[in-house]
Amino acid sequence: MNSIPLVHFLYLAAMLFGVGVFGVLARKNAISVLMGIELMLNAVNINFLAFARYWNWNSLTGPVFVVFVITIAAAEAAVALAIIISIYRHLRTANVDDAHYLRG
Amino acid sequence: MIETVLFYILAAALIGFGLMVITRTNPIASAMAMVGAFAGLAGLYAMLNARFLSIIQILVYAGGIMVLVIFVIMLLNLEPEDLQRMRAKGFVVLLALIGVGAAIVSPMLFCVIPNKDWANGSVSPEFGSMASVGAKMFADHLFPFEILSLVLLTAVVGALVLAKRKL
Repeated sequence: MNSIPLVHFLYLAAMLFGVGVFGVLARKNAISVLMGIELMLNAVNINFLAFARYWNWNSLTGPVFVVFVITIAAAEAAVALAIIISIYRHLRTANVDDAHYLRG
Repeated sequence: MIETVLFYILAAALIGFGLMVITRTNPIASAMAMVGAFAGLAGLYAMLNARFLSIIQILVYAGGIMVLVIFVIMLLNLEPEDLQRMRAKGFVVLLALIGVGAAIVSPMLFCVIPNKDWANGSVSPEFGSMASVGAKMFADHLFPFEILSLVLLTAVVGALVLAKRKL
């Protein structure tokens, strides 16, 4: 376990976060945008667990916080999917570029 | 040695599946790649001694959230978006921004993180078990836990109100 430096986990998390940001900004489909957000949340979870394991290895606050993040992600996914269904019902599309009524 | 190999295999699978999630035009293919990415993440969590969380990751994400997402994809009957219509200009700008940001942040990571003696940091066998995480959560973090149940209740009611045709 100790053969892998902490920085490698941080790089992995940064790459995954970058992929998620890329997906959120580049995709047009609202559900794919949601999946990009989930990727970003998971990248954050990798960081929490890596620091909990390597830096402060007698404290379990990191894993507990990851449980909280997963719960928030589930709640967020449910609400976001409800919003997508609602948008689809009104506009017959899930394209984020077409839902611009709040832009003013 | 074997742990190093396993880490790089899992990391490559995770990034590969992540790239598949954002490059597939078919939403179902993206969702399936996402399930693969969650499996890789669960493996990484297990490598970080977080056994409980690796099981929770599969149960909640692959079993719960992705099933919900796939249900909605099938309900909406979306046609695959064509990749040509993606925002090519934004892509280039974003790649440049991410590259510059990584180039700035990565040396800072090496400076900020003190060179602690990782090799002596032996973790107790109880580290990521369900019992120890649960004890920590209910002893020190009880109030956030209770607030979280309120958040979930609000999300359930909100999702119902938003998605229901007529209240």
